[in-house]
Amino acid sequence: MSNTFNLVWLIPALPLLGFLVNGLGRKSLGKSASGFIGSAVVLGSFIFSIMTFMEVRQGHTGVVHFFDFLNVSGLKVAFSFQIDQLSSLFLLIITGVGFLIHVYSTAYMHDEEGKDFAKYFAYLNLFVFSMLLLVMGGNYLILFVGWEGVGLCSYLLIGYWYENNNYTDAAKKAFVMNRIGDLGFLLALFWLIGKTGSMEYGQVLQTATLSKLTAFDITGITLLMFVGATGKSAQIPLFTWLPDAMAGPTPVSALIHAATMVTAGIYLIARSNILFSSAIITQQVITIVGLATAFLAASIALKQNDIKKVLAYSTVSQLGFMFLALGTGNYVAAVFHVMTHAFFKALMFLGSGSVIHAMGGEQDIRNMGGLHKHMKITSITFLIGCLAISGIPGFSGFFSKDEILAGAFGYNTIVYSVALFTALMTAFYMFRLYIVTFTGKFRGTHDQEHHLHESPKAMTIPLIILAILSIIGGYIGIPEVLGGHHQLAAYLSPVIPQIHHHLSHETELILMGLSTLLVVCSITFAWIRFRNFKINHNHNSLASFLENKWYIDELYQFAVVKPIQKASSLFQLFLENRIIDGSVNGVGKLVNYGSRQLRLLQSGQVGAYVLLMVIGMLILFVIQFFVS
Amino acid sequence: MGTYFSFPDLLIWLPMVAGLLCFLPALRSQSKNLSLLFSLCILGVSIASLFFTNDGKYLTYNHVSYIWLKYLGANYYIGLDGVGRSLTLLTAIVFPMIIGSNFKKEISNTHSFYGLLMFSQAGLMGVFMAMDALSFYFFWELALVPVYFLASRWGGEKAIASTFKFFVYTFAGSLLMLVGIIYIYLHTGGRTFEDGTIAPHSFSLSAFYQATLSTVEQTWLFILFFIAFAIKMPIFPFHTWQPDAYDQSSTPVTMVMSAVMVKMGLLGVYRWLIPMFGQADHMLYHIAILLSVIGIVYASCLAMVQDNIKKLVAYSSIAHIGLMSAALFSMKKIGVQGVFLQMFNHGINIVGIWIVVEIIERKTGIKKIAELGGLAKKAPALTIFLVIISFANIALPLTNAFPGEFMLFSGLYQYNPWLAMVAGLGVILSAVYTLNMVQKVFYGTIKDSTSAVSDIEMHEKLVLSFIILIIFTAGVYPQPLIDLTKSSTDQFFTIIK
Amino acid sequence: MDIKAYIALSLVLFTIGIVGVLVRRNAIIIFLCVELMLNAVNLLLVAFSKMHALSPAAKASANFAGDAQIFVFFIMVVAAAEVSVGLAIIVMMFRNVHTVDINFLNRLKN
Repeated sequence: MSNTFNLVWLIPALPLLGFLVNGLGRKSLGKSASGFIGSAVVLGSFIFSIMTFMEVRQGHTGVVHFFDFLNVSGLKVAFSFQIDQLSSLFLLIITGVGFLIHVYSTAYMHDEEGKDFAKYFAYLNLFVFSMLLLVMGGNYLILFVGWEGVGLCSYLLIGYWYENNNYTDAAKKAFVMNRIGDLGFLLALFWLIGKTGSMEYGQVLQTATLSKLTAFDITGITLLMFVGATGKSAQIPLFTWLPDAMAGPTPVSALIHAATMVTAGIYLIARSNILFSSAIITQQVITIVGLATAFLAASIALKQNDIKKVLAYSTVSQLGFMFLALGTGNYVAAVFHVMTHAFFKALMFLGSGSVIHAMGGEQDIRNMGGLHKHMKITSITFLIGCLAISGIPGFSGFFSKDEILAGAFGYNTIVYSVALFTALMTAFYMFRLYIVTFTGKFRGTHDQEHHLHESPKAMTIPLIILAILSIIGGYIGIPEVLGGHHQLAAYLSPVIPQIHHHLSHETELILMGLSTLLVVCSITFAWIRFRNFKINHNHNSLASFLENKWYIDELYQFAVVKPIQKASSLFQLFLENRIIDGSVNGVGKLVNYGSRQLRLLQSGQVGAYVLLMVIGMLILFVIQFFVS
Repeated sequence: MGTYFSFPDLLIWLPMVAGLLCFLPALRSQSKNLSLLFSLCILGVSIASLFFTNDGKYLTYNHVSYIWLKYLGANYYIGLDGVGRSLTLLTAIVFPMIIGSNFKKEISNTHSFYGLLMFSQAGLMGVFMAMDALSFYFFWELALVPVYFLASRWGGEKAIASTFKFFVYTFAGSLLMLVGIIYIYLHTGGRTFEDGTIAPHSFSLSAFYQATLSTVEQTWLFILFFIAFAIKMPIFPFHTWQPDAYDQSSTPVTMVMSAVMVKMGLLGVYRWLIPMFGQADHMLYHIAILLSVIGIVYASCLAMVQDNIKKLVAYSSIAHIGLMSAALFSMKKIGVQGVFLQMFNHGINIVGIWIVVEIIERKTGIKKIAELGGLAKKAPALTIFLVIISFANIALPLTNAFPGEFMLFSGLYQYNPWLAMVAGLGVILSAVYTLNMVQKVFYGTIKDSTSAVSDIEMHEKLVLSFIILIIFTAGVYPQPLIDLTKSSTDQFFTIIK
Repeated sequence: MDIKAYIALSLVLFTIGIVGVLVRRNAIIIFLCVELMLNAVNLLLVAFSKMHALSPAAKASANFAGDAQIFVFFIMVVAAAEVSVGLAIIVMMFRNVHTVDINFLNRLKN
């Protein structure tokens, strides 16, 4: 334990402080003050994260315990932070990218009212706080606290412009879909508590504890955790919220819906890699789901015309790649891709934000074109992002994606070929986006063209930094075959055991060469196809199928939402009002009716009373004499 | 000092005296201030009682026993145990909040309103502390009567009908319980009083626990008591009085009902039902849990289709109570502990919701969700409060309901994973209806109905801030509340063994 | 004499009384029949009293078992009072409505 660890609580506490100051002082703080506070606290966290990272690099890891969160019979959960290689890496990504996006936001959101501006930064800080809790938590419960917290912030920020009902619908959808996943996660936790009586990583993720669990338990727990991950990380079947989540401000999309929150599922599985490695069925499921999601989302992205939607589907697809890596047991590759993806996808989202800013809110790429000459920095950085995501050698995406593909090849050739095909689609749609947006002629209105300008420094500097990171970020994981040492894998090895490669160096080189060649072909094809882009409206059925996102939203609406609503209305009308309330009121009515009938006996005829009395007496006599 | 005064006495007599004072002609005009003052004193007493726990030395501060009906073997016996402490604290917190949040509201016949309100507090306090069957029944009814008058006289248009339904429903349940109490009483052993009097039977709690009853008798009695408590909580399918009553009563009364009165049922299950009938047919426990779980999903579904904001809250409350009852009947340690924790937190949250609902209704005159909209623009502070309380109500981590709900689910899961999964649907559905409500009422564009709305006033802000404070304190550091009721959990499991 | 004869007689008288109350509509006749029933019971009381007084157990005990004879007088006195009140009511009724038909006298109904 070193001194740095005593201060580790400051990493999440600073954004929380920022949240409180911005939230409570939203009326009195000026725009520049709240923007400054919002960014400064995250910068502070970033500095502490670096210190922590340095400490961890020297091999100091540990659990920092604060207090008992829950201490009841059968369960003791501490409020503690786990500081180790995995969490320190995520800390850097979150606070680093987070800081850049905060700075970017100060310019991007400048048109907002002061009060809303402060609210925005408060939410953003709260998000950073929750995300930090998520990765730093020393047990699954604290992870879950952050897990739900980021869901909340995502909800608040997607619905940031709350007067628009479509936006709040999107926010609601995101939260509910996340909750479906959360239920799976919760059930996994209950299972874990029931079997091991603990949720601390230090106790659960140990071989001694694992021996207490049967294969069935492990498969069940991991599958349920994976359900949670599909919700948060937008995998099939719970991915449809992420594209809708683009309703939020663009920096939010960059931070939450590309770089950090959506990678929480990957963090969870990487964190629990010991569990997942011993659950073969789960791994197969993850592989298939990841691959299917990557393919599906990439195919949808081919036909989207909203600049943010393309990026959103691209994110879903890339997340699918990460899950593919997790499923094939290649955890390091997944974490690696989380990192590189955070750089280049944040870069591209911020770039798209810069474009939208310049276009005055326009998001449809069909109305753009030729923006390169108006906004060079945005264009060049965006191009770097595209090159990185496509996997052009030398850029960060190349290393991480290639590692995933190599793992997939070792796993199964069919999986590999689908993944490779998806990677080609990725390159194709990314360059479609780039070519249509930045090259050719401007297709928007004259007003817009007149208004076009490069974004202010607060926006371009983060772009440049991210672009640099998108290039060099990959060099911490140079595979051996290219003469590197894969420093990342070495760094993570205490948390994630290193897997030995089955592939010979020749095979790996061939795979790299093949994918590079095909990607270049794909980009060339995109260039030929979209060089002279014109809006055309004749669609074939496949195109409209893709443009309508495989009709999955409609399917869910039809198969899940509508039936539940119907059933609820039916409950209300029939079961609640007729049967339950009806029978309660029925009892009342029965008493009323019975009394009315009994009243008829009270005829007022003395003779009748006497007769009844006599009959009664006779009955008594009969009973007295003959029955007993 | 324990011989001269004790916490249970103060907790019952202070509201009782306050109620009587409200009716004095000379003090009638001051009834509002008077009851606020007294309820704050009660809160003080209740908080003080937390520091004098039952470890021998302070026993006399926490238990009061007088001979009541000597030849029937009945004592007037009230005492504070862990759960009692937490529930009386809840009651003591809730009442000042109710009075405070409605402080500027015009209420006709002010003095009788507040007088009855204080009487109901006395009755509720008694129910939570009674340790003798006859005292328990006495307070049970004492709490019901003032609430009946409050609900019917100060309610909406259909208040008479809905309150009548509420009264008949609960009263039918109470009678079944009375039958049960008398039956058990006749099967108890004798009781010797301090002065040497010997009564043939006894009403004391411990005698009831030890009554000689066959399995069949226990089964039947279980059913009697279960219906009484199920109506009170209420759990499916005994719940239909609740949405109507909540909708039609005036909000302060609804707060009393939903925050405190429903806990009477849960307390009854914990203190009377389960410990008394340990040998009852175990099928009954399964049925009770099943009904509770059905209730969670059913009520959540209904909450989704409600157009009336008050009914929505009512159904969501049914769902929450259903979860607590399921966990209680499943009798897993962590679940039971969660119930005790959640009873408190649910009370706090639902008061918060009602305060907001009341403000909305007062400012717009509308209860229909579809007719509202855009309040966030007009009343930002109110929106923030509601959003926080709503998220507490759906048990977001770091709010007070989360640890409780986690423990409840955890207990239910240990009982049966599949049931926990079904109950978990409530987690999803609750998010759906809560967010729907937030969206339709607060977000969107301003409508005619909401265009003239102003933000909340100071006294409302004060009360709501207090609620938020509790929400976060109990959410981040729930351990003190858990420790408060820990002794009760242990006791519960010793008795049922 | 055998007690059975007394029982039979009183049974007959009682039954006549009941039948009379049930089938007649004249208030005076009904009243008479009620008296008849009362006296049938009275008769039985005397008879049983006498029977017990003659039994060996009663003779052996110091207490004379003839209390019932005194009760009979009580009953007759009360009956006489009752008759006077009852007849007075009937007379008053006749004066008011000019009939003693009980089917006519059901105005308290409703």
